[in-house]
Amino acid sequence: MKHCKEQPEDLKRREFIGKTVLAAGAATVAPGVLLAVANAGSDSEGVNDGVRWGMLVDSNKCVDGCTKCVEACESENGIDRMQRPPGQDDAMWDAQRPQWIRKVKLRDKQTGEITNLPMMCQHCEFPPCVDVCPTGASFKRADGIVMVDRHTCIGCRYCMMACPYKARSFIHQNVDNQSIRTPRGKGCVESCNLCVHRIDAGGSTTACQDACSKDGHQAILFGDLKDPDSDLSKALRAQSSRQIRADLELNTGVRYTSV
Amino acid sequence: MHSSTGIVRVAGVLLAGALTLIGGLASGDSAVTPGSRAAGMDACVAPTDVMRRNHMEFLKHDRDRTVRKGVRDIEYSLAACIGCHAAEKGNGDYHPVNDEGQFCSGCHEYVAVSLTCFQCHSKKPEQKMSTLGALQGELDGDRFSGLQPGAAAIIDEQLQRLHAISREVSR
Repeated sequence: MKHCKEQPEDLKRREFIGKTVLAAGAATVAPGVLLAVANAGSDSEGVNDGVRWGMLVDSNKCVDGCTKCVEACESENGIDRMQRPPGQDDAMWDAQRPQWIRKVKLRDKQTGEITNLPMMCQHCEFPPCVDVCPTGASFKRADGIVMVDRHTCIGCRYCMMACPYKARSFIHQNVDNQSIRTPRGKGCVESCNLCVHRIDAGGSTTACQDACSKDGHQAILFGDLKDPDSDLSKALRAQSSRQIRADLELNTGVRYTSV
Repeated sequence: MHSSTGIVRVAGVLLAGALTLIGGLASGDSAVTPGSRAAGMDACVAPTDVMRRNHMEFLKHDRDRTVRKGVRDIEYSLAACIGCHAAEKGNGDYHPVNDEGQFCSGCHEYVAVSLTCFQCHSKKPEQKMSTLGALQGELDGDRFSGLQPGAAAIIDEQLQRLHAISREVSR
């Protein structure tokens, strides 16, 4: 009581107001700071299973003789930087050089109908390559991309045997002049990773899709299978599509129409 | 008496020489290759003695997060090492960092520790990027250039600025 009397009533009120204003100021600053921290956290947590990346290929739009998607893939992933080993013949080079995407031509034996389609890793929900890998190098990311971790790949090639789509390649030779975004070396297996470097940088297209669209065909559509509003989901809803070798029940992320 | 003073003098000179040698090694001016971006920097992403002891741990620890979880904004990245420590040839091209006498092999040959990073990883920066300004320009212009060498900057402040830009760009 005595203490209160020593201080004028007015000063106490001023102190109170001053402190309140300070506290309010701190509170306004704090959400900004917290927001920044939260952003950093989500960045460093990495990918999550809220998305599943997939693709729809319209083989009616895939033009016979066009290889733009293959060329774009090779340039994007540094495959075109590989040199043929001295003395290796054409057949061996064609058989051994890595191929992430390739053109397949189907002919109906009875009608003679020709169908073209690009074939690559189908990014299965239940990938056989992951099942058989003895070291865990073959793995599926939370967002559905099936990849090889070259740090743990021992080059046994079981995954190549297990893959029904012939999607994987083995690097037989020493490699120089790699691109930064796609490390590559002798003794490891690799395959299409849906241009994972683009996705991680916030991109929404793959190199093959870009090349196909740029050439005016628009046969490839890349997107999020889990987002009902994505162009991919809408297209899948609108038309009938199928998985290649659906009988294996791998639930592929890459689907085809008109096959 | 006279001869013992001589011995002391010789020992003193030897000691001083040894100290200078050790001091030179410790201060580490000689390890950074002239002509690299790192040569113009005050410090690496961590103090020099920490980097010397732990650089392999930094890289190994983060690589799984990058490959398996897609975390690309890590503080320690091999691409950033190369971006900074590769010496320029002068024509816009770079010396591979594991070439004889270059930054990586300089120490690794001396301590006889084989270096296998570059059987798979690029030994050179993709393109010339001498200043942060140029890097920012690239980031503004190209949404995917966050993956270019040197994207993780040298000091924290630059690093954070870059991350801020990357985030803006990727939105």
